[in-house]
Amino acid sequence: MAVITTTALVKEYPGGVRGVDGVDVTIADGEFFALLGPSGCGKTTLLRSIAGLESITEGALQIGDRDVTDLEPGERGVAMVFQDYALFPHMDVADNIAYPLKIKRVGKGPRRQTATEVGDGLSLDGLMQRRPAQLSGGQQQRVALARAVATRPEVLLLDEPLSNLDARLRLEARTFLKELQRELGVTTVFVTHDQAEALALADRIAVMKAGRLQQVGTPREVFSRPVNTFVAGFIGSTPMNLVESETADGAVRVAGAPVPLPAGAQGRVGDGAKVVWGARPEYLKWSTTPVEGGIEAEVSVIENLGASVLVSAHRGETRLQLVLDEDDEPAPGDRGWVLPTPRRSLLFDSETTDLIG
Amino acid sequence: MSAIDAAAGPRLRRRGRRADDVAGLGRVRAGVFVAPALALIGLFLVFPAVWTIYLGMTNYRLTGLAAANPEFVGLDNFASALTDDAFWHSLWLTLIFVLVSGVIGQTLLGFSIAWALRHVRGWAKSVIETLVLAAWVVPASVASFLWLALLDRRTGTLNALLGTEGTAWLIEYPMVSIIVFNVWVGTAFSMLLFSSALAAVPPSQMESARMVGAGSWQQLRDVVLPNIRGHILTNTLLITLWTFNTFTPYLLTAGGPRDESSILAVYIYTTAIPGGQLGMGAAISLIMLGINLVIALGYLRVARAASGGSK
Repeated sequence: MAVITTTALVKEYPGGVRGVDGVDVTIADGEFFALLGPSGCGKTTLLRSIAGLESITEGALQIGDRDVTDLEPGERGVAMVFQDYALFPHMDVADNIAYPLKIKRVGKGPRRQTATEVGDGLSLDGLMQRRPAQLSGGQQQRVALARAVATRPEVLLLDEPLSNLDARLRLEARTFLKELQRELGVTTVFVTHDQAEALALADRIAVMKAGRLQQVGTPREVFSRPVNTFVAGFIGSTPMNLVESETADGAVRVAGAPVPLPAGAQGRVGDGAKVVWGARPEYLKWSTTPVEGGIEAEVSVIENLGASVLVSAHRGETRLQLVLDEDDEPAPGDRGWVLPTPRRSLLFDSETTDLIG
Repeated sequence: MSAIDAAAGPRLRRRGRRADDVAGLGRVRAGVFVAPALALIGLFLVFPAVWTIYLGMTNYRLTGLAAANPEFVGLDNFASALTDDAFWHSLWLTLIFVLVSGVIGQTLLGFSIAWALRHVRGWAKSVIETLVLAAWVVPASVASFLWLALLDRRTGTLNALLGTEGTAWLIEYPMVSIIVFNVWVGTAFSMLLFSSALAAVPPSQMESARMVGAGSWQQLRDVVLPNIRGHILTNTLLITLWTFNTFTPYLLTAGGPRDESSILAVYIYTTAIPGGQLGMGAAISLIMLGINLVIALGYLRVARAASGGSK
């Protein structure tokens, strides 16, 4: 298999717009790697540069021990599954899967055999004679995956692999995709704008913004120790509370209320510093009685999430959101105390937006 | 309830009973709306067609006795046309003309230009497209005049360019001349049709082929052509019919020298007007119409088979 290494990779479009702006990243052999970011952040451009569909303006790209910066897509040992699967509508499933082998001039017999084997592995047996139009979305995706892995590529690239499936199928496909990747052990890079998908699937995630890497780390790292407020706000199914604050007397004044310094920030910030205090809604607790280090607030909106509720509480102009168990659901208009967990809270520099601790 | 409602009630009910058409007008009123259009179609389309059928069965002539009192001759005209070598010669020339200038020339050239321009953007694309389109929109009389100036024996531009002074292209190579001329005139249509067809080919399919190492030719064969099969068929049908029926080459060679470039439309004209045999001309026109129908039906059949196969 193969390690992917990019060195100061730049993709500049005519007119000077940089889709990818100096990316250095090493993707380990057999790793399931996510490129995550909002639309227009350059994640798809980076993926297409690895594929060879976009020419690289500056920098270098290495796959395995080969420099592939200037190689054609077909010479890189890379396979790709497109967002719309890009199956050939005029070929049946078997021909679609066997198409890469046909281009590589494999004979008809072995071609059929490989197509059948790969198709069986992806539970496509019985569908081999159908046309793509006769398949469901999930089946089409599996055909596209089968076509991609039929040539045993060193690297597998997936462009938004789950976005064309409906919500229920998506969960199923997610598990399936992770199983398949484990089984094949192929270095896999996928692009997504859905942080939940990235957290669930990837071994490591690269969060991107404006063509640059913001953070590369395991799902746990990017979730619990985001390097800046952008990553903090982007990761998490409910966005992190980020409140402009100031330090005073060894505490953070969140909307005027003194809150203990986050565990990681102790000793790393003096009094009177302008900071952004961050706490995930899941890590905040609610108390109906006054608590030391709690933030008094009034409940304004309650959103039901099933087994939990998302509570929005206001203290003056400052809004804090908390996720509470359904049993602890307050009522709109209730007053109470929002209780942060210092171990789980974060402090960012107000100016640079970087993590202090 | 007001008086308006009361008045509208029965009318609505009556309309509901009568409305066996989508608009709910009733046959008579719908017929009144359609009548003017039907009258025009009848006058300018159906009547001439029927009149041609009638003419084809007379010995009607432009001048002479038969011009005043045409006689009914039954199928004599058809019989003599089908046994006339000149007719078969003309049909043969037409087939060559359609095949080489239409099906092969215009389609291939139009597709090639569209394919080549696919990644070209900006002024270069506009310039080429405008030039090709200009050939198409210039009136036939102007276009043929330009070509006469190009191909003229003594003062022609082509002879000056090639240094082949004194070559009478239209006399020495009449078929080649009108074929090249027709390709020049008609390529724009194929180019436009194929441009939009190529734009509709999903880029991800092309890229999928590229990812597995398919070259340009393989992408063309495996992705592009299957995707635009319907467009190719439509284009070929239209080009075939238009080329089959075109009369413009007459403006270049007048069918000559002798009958060397006398394609069917020209042959009918020379038979009917300069030749004066209106009845005969009408009969050959009907034969030509029949051939057109056969061609169209043939294409439709292929199209249906193709679309049925892809399902």
